[in-house]
Amino acid sequence: MTDLGAMYIGAGLAAIGVGLAALGVGNVFGSFLEGALRNPGAADGQQGRLFIGFAASELLGLIAFVVAILILFVVKN
Amino acid sequence: MAGKIDPMEQFLVEPVLGRHIELFGYDVSFTNSALFMVVVFALLFVFMWGGMKRQLVPGRWQVAAESVVGFIDNMMQVNIGPEGKKFAPYIFSIFMFILFANLVGVLPLAIVPGLHTFAVTSHITVTAVLAFLSFGIVLAVGFWKHGLHFFSLFVPHGAPGWLMPVIIPVEFVSFMVRPFSLGLRLFVAMTAGHILLEVFGSFVVQGLNAGGGLGILVSILSFVMIIGVSALELLVCAIQAYVFALLTSLYLNDAVHLH
Repeated sequence: MTDLGAMYIGAGLAAIGVGLAALGVGNVFGSFLEGALRNPGAADGQQGRLFIGFAASELLGLIAFVVAILILFVVKN
Repeated sequence: MAGKIDPMEQFLVEPVLGRHIELFGYDVSFTNSALFMVVVFALLFVFMWGGMKRQLVPGRWQVAAESVVGFIDNMMQVNIGPEGKKFAPYIFSIFMFILFANLVGVLPLAIVPGLHTFAVTSHITVTAVLAFLSFGIVLAVGFWKHGLHFFSLFVPHGAPGWLMPVIIPVEFVSFMVRPFSLGLRLFVAMTAGHILLEVFGSFVVQGLNAGGGLGILVSILSFVMIIGVSALELLVCAIQAYVFALLTSLYLNDAVHLH
């Protein structure tokens, strides 16, 4: 396996991490929606925390994306 | 194939006037990034100037400007409390600048040949400066208000004493990562969105060039995807601006009320 081939495989593996973060973000919004449907009056007050949770879980997925970009565009072959 | 379409080429920062201007060895040319920052500033100026007419019964523009100001004020009130009012101008400026910069970057003005908008916030140089500005204000407020007692931020009360050697380094690292995460989140969200749009755009162009039924089909499907992704991008632009402002206000709350 050449170095370039290994780099591309590594970038592809890093992109799997982005898919895992998608599960996390979906979990955050799904839990919020489930709770909001049970108690709609309390939903508007918790919207701030919804976006904080979204930001935190999205950040980890974006870090996986950054690893892929680093491998593709920054590592010198 | 005539040429490969490079999705990273849209992020190139180039001088607008065609040549670099050097000053004491530093490159101070007026780049496309600076041009679009001026465009964002001009749009913000027009928006606020139109909204500050101070009519007793406000017209629509004034209502729009007042509702954004009220939104930021409410966010300060909820997250920081009464002392938050003095941070509202800074948070408002950050929120509006990032929102307008994100939206200007997504504008499909490239229908006019040559008029490609540049996403100012798709560079870590811009977003890291904004994030370090916020972090610097958090540190300044914390040390001004509490002095060296600010370091008690890393010691959550209620934790048992024997856990301190573990908790304090973890809390310290998580605190120091904050500006990087703040800048990185905005930068990668914008960059990833623009790369996605460019990739689908390249599919449209290459499908049309390939011709035949399959090429046309690929072009049409990719075009529909561009519409969908653009709608998602509008949402992401607004959410990322809101998240930046919200997290800054939370960090300010940490600095003002140490827990």
